[in-house]
Amino acid sequence: MSDLTDIGREYLPILLFFGVAIAFAGVFAGLPILVSNLVGTNKPYADKLTEYESGFPAFSSARGQFDVRFYLVSILFIIFDLEVAFLFPWAVSLAHMGPELYFAWGSMMLFLGVLTVGFIYEWKKGALDWE
Amino acid sequence: MGSAGNGRLRQTLPPTPPIANGCRGFFDDSFQQGPRTAVIQAAIFYLFATVVVASGLMVILAKNPVHSVLWLILAFFNAAGLFLVIGAEFVAMILVIVYVGAVAVLFLFVVMMLDIDFTEMRAGFVRYLPFGMVLALILAVELVMVAGAWAFGDMVPEARMAPKPGVDAQLSNTQAIGTILYTDYVFIFQMAGMILLTAMIGAIVLTLRHRPGVKRQNVAAQNARTPASAVTITKPAIGAGVDTGAGVQPLIEKEGRS
Repeated sequence: MSDLTDIGREYLPILLFFGVAIAFAGVFAGLPILVSNLVGTNKPYADKLTEYESGFPAFSSARGQFDVRFYLVSILFIIFDLEVAFLFPWAVSLAHMGPELYFAWGSMMLFLGVLTVGFIYEWKKGALDWE
Repeated sequence: MGSAGNGRLRQTLPPTPPIANGCRGFFDDSFQQGPRTAVIQAAIFYLFATVVVASGLMVILAKNPVHSVLWLILAFFNAAGLFLVIGAEFVAMILVIVYVGAVAVLFLFVVMMLDIDFTEMRAGFVRYLPFGMVLALILAVELVMVAGAWAFGDMVPEARMAPKPGVDAQLSNTQAIGTILYTDYVFIFQMAGMILLTAMIGAIVLTLRHRPGVKRQNVAAQNARTPASAVTITKPAIGAGVDTGAGVQPLIEKEGRS
């Protein structure tokens, strides 16, 4: 269990980058909005505030039904995302394994093999094609 | 990373007496560092924990399901913060990458796909109330049982110490997970692979429907075409025209020439 000051010290660069990102966002996105609100005239009416859809009024609610294939792509992405997540501890700990090195290597290869079977299946089924 | 720095810091400190009951609590480390650090750590813990609970409540109280998913994302972020407080950096980052980046997006897809009628949803509330109460009761009993086993079980001190192989070897958090996950817990690891395979095949079997009559590009066929197989040169007599016998070629076949 690391203590908080250590973690804070290690994540300090990330915090600094975070601050720089927020500062840039404030300058490039927030400032124009602020200035235009202060300086510009603001006279909204109903037609100005509606969404512009090629000059037509909006046909229906945005809560329409999506094609289920979006869902399939998303699921397949999550699965391979998790596969990559399992690779990280394996990659950093393999050099410190000692005698268990080959067992850990083989266990990851089996894991990757199982998922490669699924990958070949989805490729051959055409699940990756957007017909 | 964290453990290495921890070890350096600990060498400069006077040796601390061993804790009496053999198991280490949540704030023990920070109390060794001094009361001020412990207060900061407790304050950060309670901040994250409060936001997790509050946004968890908002997940079930928000009327718009899309807002529920957004509150859920806030809960994920704060749970990642809680993991960071106890030094589990890898789990925290995976929580952000996998849960916020992928699972929450999937939830948004699902919520947007369910063409929800709000009046219809409220109509079933009283009817589903007993069923929901039973589910909540079962869940509460299970939580109490887990907490009881965790507090009073025989093997609890060892189990609490077990997931931290990196403390002695000064390994980072990610290395500590990697040291035991692929060897000691190889069965669970391979089961995770099998479950992922099942999810993959299940999603494909359930949702993949090939539409008939979709014209696809066949790259191999395109590359295999030669001028000899693609072009026929004829010299028709004046006014006679050409009868190829095959009729008009479809457009998709002609694309192979380019």
